[in-house]
Amino acid sequence: MSDETKKIKVTIDNITIDVDPGTTILNAARRIGGDVTPPAMCYYSKLEGSGGKCRTCLVEVAAGSTADPRPMPKLVASCRTGVMDGMVVKNITSDKVTDARNGVVEFLLLNHPLDCPICDQAGECHLQDLGYDHGKEGTRYQFARRTFKKEDIGPYIQLHMTRCILCYRCTYVADQITNKRVHGIVDRGDHAAISTYISKAIDNDFSGNMIDVCPVGALTDKTFRFKNRVWFTKPVDAHRSCTTPGCCGKATLWLRGEEVFRVTARKDEWGEVQSYDGKPGWICNTCRFDTKATASWTIEGLTTISRHSVIGANKYKTLEMPKETIKEVMHGVEPKLLMDIHSVSGVNNPDIHLSDIDRPAHSSDFKK
Amino acid sequence: MQALTDKSKQVSRKPMNFMERMYLPAIFKGMVITFSHIFKKKPTINYPEKKRPFSPVFRGLQILNRDEEGRENCTACGLCAVACPAEAITMEAAERQPGEENLYREEKYAAKYEINMLRCIFCGLCEEACPKDAIYLSETFTPADYQRKQFIYSKNDLLIPHPKENPTAYQQALGNRPKRESVI
Repeated sequence: MSDETKKIKVTIDNITIDVDPGTTILNAARRIGGDVTPPAMCYYSKLEGSGGKCRTCLVEVAAGSTADPRPMPKLVASCRTGVMDGMVVKNITSDKVTDARNGVVEFLLLNHPLDCPICDQAGECHLQDLGYDHGKEGTRYQFARRTFKKEDIGPYIQLHMTRCILCYRCTYVADQITNKRVHGIVDRGDHAAISTYISKAIDNDFSGNMIDVCPVGALTDKTFRFKNRVWFTKPVDAHRSCTTPGCCGKATLWLRGEEVFRVTARKDEWGEVQSYDGKPGWICNTCRFDTKATASWTIEGLTTISRHSVIGANKYKTLEMPKETIKEVMHGVEPKLLMDIHSVSGVNNPDIHLSDIDRPAHSSDFKK
Repeated sequence: MQALTDKSKQVSRKPMNFMERMYLPAIFKGMVITFSHIFKKKPTINYPEKKRPFSPVFRGLQILNRDEEGRENCTACGLCAVACPAEAITMEAAERQPGEENLYREEKYAAKYEINMLRCIFCGLCEEACPKDAIYLSETFTPADYQRKQFIYSKNDLLIPHPKENPTAYQQALGNRPKRESVI
């Protein structure tokens, strides 16, 4: 784009914005931000070719362009439709869109097991958010839900095929970030499933990023499995100098006390991996799965969590411990502790370090 | 000044008359009221021999539920703990191993589950939040104790008796309240 005049005008929910030609409606809406942005389950701006599969980002185009102001006959997937000059798009202002999106969510949830109480993604799950905004209370589906045989895809990643919504993001990650893809979608239609080709283990250095891109709990971190709920862990931004080529070394640590329970890449406001100087900040498996000591990381500060997220609930807003003032006020007299909770309580035992176990905790781990 | 209520009475500064100065009539009048209460119905009961019936919405000591086969319902989803305004509930989850299927209903369970009864305010939000029909507030009080450490209730203290191994205690723990319609 040599000059500014080439920008084109698009109106989304009565808000007009100038964007470059070739921008999709979804990305134009993201430039505006807020409620105007359609939700996206399969589109991932950092992955080439993603989008167009889940249909949650459907919008109504009320006028195609200034040259041809006829409305588009059907709702269009905003992640795959480019903007035209003078296009008028309706997202939340259109009843048709809300209606269609409710239907899409109902379809996505048809085979979803709704096992949020045991799912590690709960609290940061995009399907959960979408269900809260658009879901119905009950289901009209009367048949048995689709189930799959459990498959082990390696030591780090847990695959729950029943939760998958077939967004294809993880296959794009394997294609574009790792040098060798060993998994993909096998079979068709109702039988379509994420799988490795003839029971291979996924062991690439960047395979862990599949966990971050997964919008649901189909791919979760095995080293964090069942350790704690996300909203009881404290997210902090941290970095380390990682020697793996391609790893940015910038991550979010999910702490419980001083223990690092989980490491993820940093997320931006759309739930995607954050970009640094235009490059997505993927992290390698060494950072993600093998560096679980606070000493190996330089902690920068608390991660900003959306006010509406459960992850921010019941937490101090600073990293510093509040100052004990009783001793100062009482001229050096220490407060008398009536009960030390660790001497009675079995939970959060200081002698049991769950972060050191690289698999889910078992009953034997608590019998020490 | 305008009175806030019509119950206020102007203090009288009149000198007392002879009857009032004698005091005794006023004392007898008071004693009549006192002794008349002996023959009235007692408002108190002899707890713990006698107990009052609880209201159907009474919220007492928490109980962790089991299903009909005696498996624990709780999956340690943490919703009770995040709903708890007093932050009384803490837990640690573990994965069910092969061979433990008769103990826990789902693949994840609460290896540790604790309620700090010193913190608990019996609001019942944990019961509301539970998606697994696992925690209920029962019709019992938390027993009094001399030591603080006795009020940290672990999973053993909270679990309902096993319906197959101890059916009478299980039925007793279920109480008399009508069963809520289960929502799937």
